[in-house]
Amino acid sequence: RWRRGGTGRDRGDTASAMDAPSAPGLGGADPQLQRFIEVETQKQRFQQLVHQMTELCWEKCMDKPGPKLDSRAETCFVNCVERFIDTSQFILNRLEQTQKSKSAFSESLSD
Amino acid sequence: SGFGSDFGSGGSGGGKLDPGLIMEQVKVQIAVANAQELLQRMTDKCFRKCIGKPGGALDNSEQKCIAMCMDRYMDSWNTVSRAYNSRLQRERANM
Repeated sequence: RWRRGGTGRDRGDTASAMDAPSAPGLGGADPQLQRFIEVETQKQRFQQLVHQMTELCWEKCMDKPGPKLDSRAETCFVNCVERFIDTSQFILNRLEQTQKSKSAFSESLSD
Repeated sequence: SGFGSDFGSGGSGGGKLDPGLIMEQVKVQIAVANAQELLQRMTDKCFRKCIGKPGGALDNSEQKCIAMCMDRYMDSWNTVSRAYNSRLQRERANM
């Protein structure tokens, strides 16, 4: 008897301990462990994105490394993070829209 | 002779493995993995910034550059972490 917790998202054979918190067998019988896995997975997603954005924004915002991070570079990094999230949301929203209009189209075809 | 019997406080009851111990070990492994990730990306970026045509050894200016680059990379990482955290909190507040 395994309880599927979390979001219930299952990525099949690409799932791993880090990105399938609801996978049965991973502390599914122990709610404390299940909770721990959910929390740590969330933290890891955050960390991974920080790594990724730091790398990307470094390319855009950093010239020659100096004795300190000047305010222009700092502002650039902050903007960079915001615009990256905006980009990610934009892509998801637009994808959702195009999917909706596609399914409406194919529904009207099959009538 | 259960594995957990030497360590466990018996918190979860009935299991051979102590979940508390497992959780602590996992946390350590995660921290190590993150440090490695950071180091790997930092090395990549600072090599690109500081090393031109590779010579027979790292000269003084290259070493100085790498040292400064490491500090700036940490500053950047922290700035990004703070900015991302603020954004997440703002998103949650708007939900």
